Amino acid sequence: MSSAWLQAFGMVFEPYNIVVMLGASLFGLFVGAVPGLTATMATALLVPVTFFMAPIPAVAAMVTATAMAIFSGDIPGCLLRMPGTPASAAYTDEAYSMTRKGLAEVALGAGLVFSCIGGLFGTAVLMLAAPTLAEFALNFSSFEYFWLVLMGLTCAVFISSDRPLKGLVTLFLGLLVACVGLDNPAAFPRFTFGNTEMLGGIGLIPVMIGMFAVSEIIRYVVDTAPQALIIEAKIGNVFKGMWALARKYPLQVLRGSVLGTVVGALPGAGADIAAWMSYAMSKKFSKEPEKFGTGHVEGIVESGAANNSALAGAWIPALVFGIPGDSITAIVIGVLYMKNMNPGPTLFTTHPQNIYAVFLLFIVANLIMLPLGYLCIKVAKRILKVPRDMLMPVILLFCVVGSFAINNTGFDIGVMLIAGVVAYLLEENGFPITPLILGVVLGRMLEENLVSSLIKSDGDPLAFFERPIAATLGVLTILIWLAPLWPGRRRAAVTPPP
Amino acid sequence: MRFNDVVWGALLMLFGSALFVDVQGFPKMPGQHVGPAAMPGALAVGFAVCGAILLWRGLRQRAAAQAAGAAAPPWASAPPWFASPPQVLGFCVLVAVNLLYLLAADRLGFIVVGVIYLMALMRVLRVRWWLALVVAVVMTLLIHGVFYKLLKVPLPWGLLQPISW
Repeated sequence: MSSAWLQAFGMVFEPYNIVVMLGASLFGLFVGAVPGLTATMATALLVPVTFFMAPIPAVAAMVTATAMAIFSGDIPGCLLRMPGTPASAAYTDEAYSMTRKGLAEVALGAGLVFSCIGGLFGTAVLMLAAPTLAEFALNFSSFEYFWLVLMGLTCAVFISSDRPLKGLVTLFLGLLVACVGLDNPAAFPRFTFGNTEMLGGIGLIPVMIGMFAVSEIIRYVVDTAPQALIIEAKIGNVFKGMWALARKYPLQVLRGSVLGTVVGALPGAGADIAAWMSYAMSKKFSKEPEKFGTGHVEGIVESGAANNSALAGAWIPALVFGIPGDSITAIVIGVLYMKNMNPGPTLFTTHPQNIYAVFLLFIVANLIMLPLGYLCIKVAKRILKVPRDMLMPVILLFCVVGSFAINNTGFDIGVMLIAGVVAYLLEENGFPITPLILGVVLGRMLEENLVSSLIKSDGDPLAFFERPIAATLGVLTILIWLAPLWPGRRRAAVTPPP
Repeated sequence: MRFNDVVWGALLMLFGSALFVDVQGFPKMPGQHVGPAAMPGALAVGFAVCGAILLWRGLRQRAAAQAAGAAAPPWASAPPWFASPPQVLGFCVLVAVNLLYLLAADRLGFIVVGVIYLMALMRVLRVRWWLALVVAVVMTLLIHGVFYKLLKVPLPWGLLQPISW
């Protein structure tokens, strides 16, 4: 127990921070439980507010809000058959079937308890893996970073979407957005069209608020589907029977948590993909796969653990390399830069107390999820009845003011609106958004490391493979790129998705 | 709007080419192989190549559909809400209130524009008049309070400057 840990304790259990965490929890639970508002949107909406906080409370707000939102996304899935967040979509039908069988409290209880366990597991891995990796990464030069960023972006394209080609297009678009402005090797104003506001580049935060919040609101406004009806289910003590479930499915919980953490740590894939993969895996290895889809709790246990562990897993590459593991950490990285808490291995050596504080925040957030989640389930019906016709306009105005607040300029509002419309249009046409966001976040890092590597090597591409780790990362990246060209997969790539 | 892959492919190829031409005008860094044009230049090639593959794939799909005797997929199709007037109106109002904010917030002030903004959106989502008015006023004042007073964001007063608080 070093003094850094003591300092971290001091920062986390400071009254101001506790209040922020409680507030963020309630906010996260609410946003997660309202269909159409996602955990990523919760993070994006928090940015303008956290902008004015010290680093630790700012991170605390985001960690707690997202953990809560990923859990509470299960609630409308269970009662309305509408996932509150995309991360709950994998088992929404299952949870709804359980509700119709009168098992709503088991479904919600499993969601809550195993979310907490998964979250704690992911945190444990984060605590063990991140410092070790950071020590390792201290020796990385621009060559390793170049490959690492490129591999991260590659993963984002190939994992986060079933259409790698369209993912590639949005990735390029994101990288191009990152090119705008003076911030490049020669400080030459690129793509500014003579506009002075664009010299500083396109702000990350307005782009994120636009892509994750405004696009959802557009989708709500033009939605023609009728509102879903709430099932009148009696919900008693959700913790009843959970111990028995944990003893019945220990392997499933472990498998879900491990898979979730790994998927979370891979750039571009977050809680939603972790949940889908984990649900499929649970069904595949189950002793009673025929029961899946009929209101069987096993898949909920496993994928409920997976989506929360993915949240912590995503922080591993984010803190160590500054490469976001999912769209939420992409926003967090933007905030860390604004707080001068630049992610990277040196953060672990120069400010270890900040890193330890982040670990503690994760533990606290997952533990307070149990009582607060319980309360949230109790008032769930009221949250689900919240008039979204009033809520959505208010959120949109909040986005406008929030984007303005970062730099006090109307330009950012324009950026936010354009980003929102572009995201809506792209998603309508089957182009995934996550690669775009990662491109915007990582564009500068990619270019910087590419250019400084080329200058160091005097333009010799072989230098990118001279150092052992760089060579390994490079070969791996190229293999992922070539994978779609494999003879067996070529036909699959040509057949259009349904 | 949903566009066919052929359309997207052609647009991307065009965009990639234009970008490629544009970056040729970027200055070189003296004594170096790479400069500010390297990255956007590579992206331009990327756009064009992706566009070409999309185009080729789209054309093959059309050919396959025609060979099977089916109708070729449309070049562009409208989403279902295009046919539904309330949703079209909703979208137009959404764009309009944001333009209003961008153009008039400085002159009219945040509170005035905020109330109009919320009222218009809530009305188009069919919230009752009096309820929309009450919520719009209360929420605008609340957002103003949080950002202006608590977070010190200089939201414009505009018309209400004489009675600013």
